Amino acid sequence: MAVDLAVDLCGVRLKNPVLMASGILGVGRDLLLRIARGGAGGVLPKSCCLEPRAGHPNPTVLDYGWGVANAVGLSNPGVEAEIEELRGIREELAPTRTALIASMFEATVEGFGEVAFRLQELEPDLIEVNISCPNTESDLGRMFASEPHSAAAVVREIKRRVSVPIIMKLSPNVTDIAEIARACEAEGADALACCNTVGPGMFIDLETGRPILANQVGGLSGPAFKPITVAKVYEVSRAVQIPVVAVGGVMTGADVIEMVMAGARCVGIGTAAYYRGPEVYGLVVAETAAWLEERGHGSLAEIQGLAHREPILRG
Amino acid sequence: MAESGIGHAEWQASVGGLWQRSAPATMPRAVRVREVVQENYRTRTYVLDCELEARPGQYIMLWLPRLDEKPISLVSGSPLTITVADVGPFTHALSQLGPGDRLHYRGPYGKPFEATGQRLLLVGGGYGVGPMHFLAREALSLGLACEVVIGARNGDDVLFVERFQALGVAPVVTTDDGSQGMRGMATDGARRILDGPGADALYACGPEKMMRALGELAEARGLPCSLSVERYMKCGGLSLCGACEVNGVLVCAEGPVLDWQLLKSLPDFGRLHRGRTAARQPW
Repeated sequence: MAVDLAVDLCGVRLKNPVLMASGILGVGRDLLLRIARGGAGGVLPKSCCLEPRAGHPNPTVLDYGWGVANAVGLSNPGVEAEIEELRGIREELAPTRTALIASMFEATVEGFGEVAFRLQELEPDLIEVNISCPNTESDLGRMFASEPHSAAAVVREIKRRVSVPIIMKLSPNVTDIAEIARACEAEGADALACCNTVGPGMFIDLETGRPILANQVGGLSGPAFKPITVAKVYEVSRAVQIPVVAVGGVMTGADVIEMVMAGARCVGIGTAAYYRGPEVYGLVVAETAAWLEERGHGSLAEIQGLAHREPILRG
Repeated sequence: MAESGIGHAEWQASVGGLWQRSAPATMPRAVRVREVVQENYRTRTYVLDCELEARPGQYIMLWLPRLDEKPISLVSGSPLTITVADVGPFTHALSQLGPGDRLHYRGPYGKPFEATGQRLLLVGGGYGVGPMHFLAREALSLGLACEVVIGARNGDDVLFVERFQALGVAPVVTTDDGSQGMRGMATDGARRILDGPGADALYACGPEKMMRALGELAEARGLPCSLSVERYMKCGGLSLCGACEVNGVLVCAEGPVLDWQLLKSLPDFGRLHRGRTAARQPW
């Protein structure tokens, strides 16, 4: 039987549930087109903010054997330069039927609204909002994603400025992710991405006695953290009605199935592009389809949220 | 690592090699400088106390703690050898190191040069001569012949003439102002060799406009051509962040050595490159 991998995400029909994760390979239109032609259901340009950012000096990314750590520092050319470089990319992507998902972050609530507003010029299908950055207007400077009222304020402001569906990217490094999720949903977030990197983590060089990453700490990612993602996706999809994008440790089609069973609508893949190469998106799409076909499922809808259903007790 | 004295051997034996995986070569490792050779007024060769399996065209990510980590082409893997010009804060800090001092590296990374044909034309512009010397040694060891062009702005910037002569290769030197060798650009030197002894393939490393011109020259003469592309890198070799991309090609892992047949189709090659914010700017 033919498997249909298409899924709906906030009214956007994705040809398959395998999206790029932000911060990975999203530099320049040619790379985005390459990933799209490689089979990804959605591509995300580099996360941008109002002003250009150089980010941190190197070392910014480490393969530490058990996973990957990064503290790139959200380097980007600024939203205006990003728009200039990617102008018209929607038309170029059209033959691939790959969705365009803009990605952004800022340091103030108003800034979030402004960047989202400007990004509409690229005509993205959705906008992913990274709130794992510090709220510079809050006394403690904690990240927006760690405080329900901060996260909610960002959602409210963006919804006030744009009509494109927004995906709020949550952080796993919080005490109660369901509370953050509910706060975002209440203000009108259209979807949630679970989650950003785990951590922060640190690596000390034994020769110098000092942290290796220039930022000292960084976010951790890779297959070792998949169980954390599964647990967060399970918890968040239980707490809200809006769709969940599972990001964090997805490497294979089997992982896609696991995330969908946990309650995710679709997945994002980032670090696996290192372990399996930039062609990972097409590979994972094929593996997902093969798994469904082998078991006689016509679509992911048949297994979505399976983990939440009551077990069948056999006497 | 050997002098730490915490019983690594016993630990390794007891965990059956697990320790090997948790101290991967992907993490920066410290090495001592064995020898420093002054090549010219601002360029030094650093021979490190380390043997690495590496091929010409590959690079390491050199880390100077609390400063930065940047890609540096290899002149040799065994011993690990780099030739670096003091042109900014990072390379200036490096230039302060002497024998016994310590630096960190990870790698090697990248796709290497592959020698093809019987007679190779190697063109090194500025400090691009380093990888060309590595390639020359490998080619000669395979019984191939080498012609070499060393291009520089002026006589002070010329590098590695004696080093190539020591291999039995008489390099053609070109300087923009004629202060050493022939007056002209590296492409002029390359043309002289192609018109003379000739070559089966062209390899180059140096300023990008030079390499673009050499690619076009190779094409006009029907020669295969490989060029070593330099780009700003963040993740450096992990092909994750995209900072090094040139029209969709990830230089850090799919290069830095790239075939001219591919490069000629990339509009940004020779024209635009990305800086730290990933914004594109002209060379």
